[in-house]
Amino acid sequence: MDEMINFKEIDEILEKYRYEPSSIIAILQDTQAKYRYLPKAAFGYLSAKLGLSTAKIYSVATFYENFSLEPKGKYVIKICDGTACHVRKSIPILEKLRQELKLSESKATTEDLLFTVETVSCLGACGLAPVLTVNDKVYPAMTPDKARELLAKLREEI
Amino acid sequence: MLSNREELIQAGAIYQKALGAQKKKILVCAGTGCVAGGALEIYDELIRLIEKTGISCAVKLESEPHDDSVGIKKSGCHGFCEMGPLIRIEPQGWLYIKVKPEDCEQIVTESIVSERPVDRLVYKKNGETYSTQEEIPFYKKQTRLVLDHCGHIDATSINEYLAIGGYGAFQKALFDMSQDDIIKEIDQSNLRGRGGAGYPTGRKWTQVRRQQSPIKYIVCNGDEGDPGAFMDRSIMEGDPHRMLEGMMIAGLACGASEGYIYVRAEYPLAISRLEKAIEEARNYGLLGKAILGTDYDFTIKISKGAGAFVCGEGSALTASIEGKRGMPRVKPPRTVEQGLFARPTVLNNVETFANVPLIIQNGAQWYKAIGPEKSPGTKAFALTGNIENTGLIEVPMGTTLREVIFDIGGGMRDGAAFKAVQIGGPSGGCLTQEHLELPLDFDSLKKAGAMIGSGGLVVMDEHTCMVEVARFFMNFTQNESCGKCVPCREGTKRMREILEGIVSGQGKLEDIDMLLELADTITSTALCGLGKSAAFPVVSTIKYFRAEYEAHAVDKKCPSKVCQKLKRIYIDPELCRGCSKCARICPVNAIAGKIKEPFLINSGTCIKCGACIESCAFKAIKED
Repeated sequence: MDEMINFKEIDEILEKYRYEPSSIIAILQDTQAKYRYLPKAAFGYLSAKLGLSTAKIYSVATFYENFSLEPKGKYVIKICDGTACHVRKSIPILEKLRQELKLSESKATTEDLLFTVETVSCLGACGLAPVLTVNDKVYPAMTPDKARELLAKLREEI
Repeated sequence: MLSNREELIQAGAIYQKALGAQKKKILVCAGTGCVAGGALEIYDELIRLIEKTGISCAVKLESEPHDDSVGIKKSGCHGFCEMGPLIRIEPQGWLYIKVKPEDCEQIVTESIVSERPVDRLVYKKNGETYSTQEEIPFYKKQTRLVLDHCGHIDATSINEYLAIGGYGAFQKALFDMSQDDIIKEIDQSNLRGRGGAGYPTGRKWTQVRRQQSPIKYIVCNGDEGDPGAFMDRSIMEGDPHRMLEGMMIAGLACGASEGYIYVRAEYPLAISRLEKAIEEARNYGLLGKAILGTDYDFTIKISKGAGAFVCGEGSALTASIEGKRGMPRVKPPRTVEQGLFARPTVLNNVETFANVPLIIQNGAQWYKAIGPEKSPGTKAFALTGNIENTGLIEVPMGTTLREVIFDIGGGMRDGAAFKAVQIGGPSGGCLTQEHLELPLDFDSLKKAGAMIGSGGLVVMDEHTCMVEVARFFMNFTQNESCGKCVPCREGTKRMREILEGIVSGQGKLEDIDMLLELADTITSTALCGLGKSAAFPVVSTIKYFRAEYEAHAVDKKCPSKVCQKLKRIYIDPELCRGCSKCARICPVNAIAGKIKEPFLINSGTCIKCGACIESCAFKAIKED
């Protein structure tokens, strides 16, 4: 999956932010939205176009939790482990999903690039705890069993 | 495009009349919580069904409405998230809970056509039926000022905001007040920052106003990162214009013409509502150049966070807007002197800005009359955890913890006993039974060793292990430590290691003192507010629950039976039939025995995963 990137698309993003180096975070966010991760080739290209060093862009990309240098799955499942979800037992849900998808803390994405499972500190939907999101859609009041059913439903959609 | 004051007043009058003409209104809660529960499907279904009856249905507030149309609106968070999706019917004020698309037909035929409440959808508790929202105990004890509009107007429409007098405070500030007047009003109101520290807003604005710089910035901190807090999210989603208005007034008072809102990327709905609100305000000429024919220019941009808790800290937040790693810097210079792009910057949080129009409109004296004099006004809290009514509430400062948890929150879930409440997120502390009469305001909490923080209240019952909670927060802080200063980067790591040891049975009595010593060092030497407060949850849990720490460290027991590693799993020989299922399922081969005779668990090998407990058909495997 190395570096199939369309520079035209990146140009459009740069255009949108008027080649403003201070908008690098927004530019990286839009780039990630296109590819579901930050492809290596994008760094050199952005560096040349924005006049920022590659190291600088890399430092930003690695600082923020939301950026990924590895390809993510088609469905990104985020299990909230904020305080409210934690006290209402979110960890068993995470464990169930990892077990079903044969994933672990160090391996977040399935081989077929369909699912990524990760935790998030707080989604602010604490009233519905425990929650998880699939590509930003919120699923409230989850249980390990409901999570398994959700996986089955997502698999059908593919 | 409104080009002068008269046109703004006129627009307000037109939409006020239009809103008044809608005799019936349906307000569908469209906060994150209810949307997740299916509120948008309900909204669409209601429109479909109303149109089927032949009644005209107004989804947008038009300047010339039909007299008989039913207004249907996506409102901000009603707050009673536990009961969502919520629907409010006006003018009667009926509140329907846990509404499903299939309930819509009955709502339309009974409540809209025949004007009767649908009894099966109203809130019931202890044999009482509460058909109107105002009667429900959850709402009765609240004073909703900042959240007043949430649940009552369409959150996605500037026209509705204008109809209820929106941008009136901005108009007053722009035409009738000097910069000094505005700042004086805010200063005299004693408004204190709602983001955590409680710094007087008027003083902050005065300092920025004094700076000799051609460029100044107004920044709104919407990076509500504390786990268990969602007040700011609800304001951004439910009443975005109120917050924009507050920022516009701040810009006017301090001489700034650019504003930024920094919002967490985890709040996509808030971002889209804000984008829409900014666009509408721009189209009406309330943002942009020469606003309402004056020489005041003001623009607002949204900056999306990328998932770093530390960006809630002022200097980290401004660094992030500048496109850098969000790491705090040494102060001074302070943000009011050199903030965003090294220019003087007013940095306030969402709720603070949302208070501003209220104060300008009603005056400092009115504001000061609410709550205690030193920290007046109201505060929004997010009630979560093991509490009956989770949700978003707003009470006058100085309301006691008991009123919040038991009267509004409805007490604990499933009849469990109250143990503690974590206030102020990972930078806060916990409060216990003995603090229930404590008034919630900045100064009283500080005395008790806690802080309001942004306003998250995570309520914990007797089944919660406080050592595990402390470990959870320390783990959070350690993960989110930006790594710039040693005390926070290394200190929190060591504290987490010690806490992990204690909860897994490796603890020693001396560990407790070591934790306190580390806490002391980190608090006095860390660079930023987050580091300085990182140890607070540990210090306060040790202070109030030392016995629990000792039980873990010395007796290797978790009194709340939460910590896995301290559990002992055993097979009851009376109940075991010797089927060997547990032995086959055990991932570490810790169970052995002879078929048809009681099996045994080797506690040395057992990792207490609990897989055997689930597998046993005879419930013979127990833990203590």
